[in-house]
Amino acid sequence: MAQQSSEMTDLAINSIKPAPREATAWTRLRMNKNWISFWFMLPAAAFLILFLAYPLGLGVWMSFTDARIGRPGEFIGIENYEWLWDDSVFWLSVFNTILYTTVASAIKFAVGLYLALLLNENLPFKALLRAVVLIPFIVPTVLSAIAFWWIYDPQFSIVSWSLRHLGLINGNIDFLGDIWNARWSVIFANIWRGVPFVAITLLAGLQTVSPSLYEAATIDGATRWQIFRHITYPLLTPIIAVVMTFSVLFTFTDFQLIWVLTRGGPVNATQLMATLSYQRAILSGHLGEGAAISTAMIPFLLGAILISWFGLQRRKWQQGESND
Amino acid sequence: MTETLVPKVADPHSVLAGSSAAADHSEGMSYLQTLPKRLVTVYLPLSIILLVLLFPFYWMALTAIKPDDQLLDLDKYSPFWTWNPTFHHIYKLIFETQYPVWLWNTMLVAVCATILSIIASVLAAYALVRLRFKGAQWVGGAIFLAYLVPPSILFIPLSYVVFQYGLFDTPFALILTYPTILIPFSTWLLMGYFKTIPFELEECALIDGASRWQILIRIVLPLAIPGLISAFIFCFTLCWNEFIYALTFLSSTQNKTVPVAIVNEFVDGDIYRWGSLMAGALVGSLPLVILYAFFVEHYVSAMTGAVKE
Repeated sequence: MAQQSSEMTDLAINSIKPAPREATAWTRLRMNKNWISFWFMLPAAAFLILFLAYPLGLGVWMSFTDARIGRPGEFIGIENYEWLWDDSVFWLSVFNTILYTTVASAIKFAVGLYLALLLNENLPFKALLRAVVLIPFIVPTVLSAIAFWWIYDPQFSIVSWSLRHLGLINGNIDFLGDIWNARWSVIFANIWRGVPFVAITLLAGLQTVSPSLYEAATIDGATRWQIFRHITYPLLTPIIAVVMTFSVLFTFTDFQLIWVLTRGGPVNATQLMATLSYQRAILSGHLGEGAAISTAMIPFLLGAILISWFGLQRRKWQQGESND
Repeated sequence: MTETLVPKVADPHSVLAGSSAAADHSEGMSYLQTLPKRLVTVYLPLSIILLVLLFPFYWMALTAIKPDDQLLDLDKYSPFWTWNPTFHHIYKLIFETQYPVWLWNTMLVAVCATILSIIASVLAAYALVRLRFKGAQWVGGAIFLAYLVPPSILFIPLSYVVFQYGLFDTPFALILTYPTILIPFSTWLLMGYFKTIPFELEECALIDGASRWQILIRIVLPLAIPGLISAFIFCFTLCWNEFIYALTFLSSTQNKTVPVAIVNEFVDGDIYRWGSLMAGALVGSLPLVILYAFFVEHYVSAMTGAVKE
């Protein structure tokens, strides 16, 4: 019965089409979405597989070998990790990285949010102000780091000079030579570089908050802090989560700033995991060991991503939004 | 997974101009505050932050045009200003070092890598958004994850790969590796733009017998030009900014890019190096700042767009 009807529709269609075009295998393939998509995806996939996925796997593999520059390594199990486990410099770099990431990200978030709120006010030359704020973000990090290097110069630092002439200090500050000074100096430079990104992206989020909410709250007698805490912050949470994930990620894996300012010195006080891996792998030639340090960064990164991810999910659920 | 990451973001024009969608609210509630109060709560903190954000650039520019003796004698001359600017440092930079070569290298690598990435991203983004092939969601998620893989954990194995492919110390080492940073970002950005183009346009074209390729070239791309510009300048900036790959994969002086060359070639024991260092940093940043000045809106849209999706 069913067969019969399908034959009948076939007949009907054939009789409607005056000249039925023959659907060859080639035309059918050409119209096949998956087949077209394959070719559309090919260039991007080739790049990402050859130069991203493959090296990522290779890096993990290398961390289990004793590879050196110019010589492929042999499998040595977890020897590199055992070696790092007993290496105080490695643990120092882990400490530095975590300190650097948490302090810099927290301050970047606070200052960035504050700046976003300020820029969201009704100001003269609004567009110009907002454009100017982004400049530190677009100038290449290395070049602005060099400017900071000069500002942190032990002898001719303009900061030392100003403070001296204001009568606040007697001698010059040794910004990059002292252990804690160096740490705070690089953290400051990182914050300086990161605040514009946080501020402008949060500002974009702020502008979607309807002003009538603020007006309603003001009429109800809410203070500025209450308005921020109960209207602005909850509405901004999703975008805060995304921005901070990126911020933490890029701070954790920072290399350029440290390399220009201190190269990890003094006595490894500002050595981050990224700079240490560069030193061990490229400068000393122990590729395997360097790869082990890089691989050791992956769990931290995953942790950071998961924390902000689940933070985001929880907030969404609290607001009673559906996860779409 | 990607769909949960869609916080609402204002469009770039309004981010810059500051006008929210509702024009009635353009004045805000600022009339509730008196001017002295606004001075303390808004203008003062804002000027302090702006001062700190811009001071390094002022300092960079000032150092680049100050004569050497004034640079090091902070007591005789006021350090914050100079009455006799000199182009000595910039002249030295351009005619006595290989700076023009480095600038050219940087430009070449940035332009080539950006074009390659944009082509690959346009195709990928179109396939992901409009062809909706089997597993497109998973591929989209994978590309988002690729965005989160930082260069700092890739450069060691990549240097090995680059060496194996015989690319070491050639511009191709950078031209072919930078797209791994750029493609995830620009694919993501372009997907957002492609989604806003109405389906009906494409359906009409399909009925008229256009192929997917024709639809992409004739319909989708012309409508996504703002997105393409955003992706282009953002990728260009990222290339210009990239440091660790350039530091690792290049060794000879004449192949280096500006950031690497400045750090490695200018830093010697010379006490008078600061002028030329700052001139190098200034000239190296200028192309980006000029580009930025012309395309501020596209720039902001790239930045917020990357977060939006």
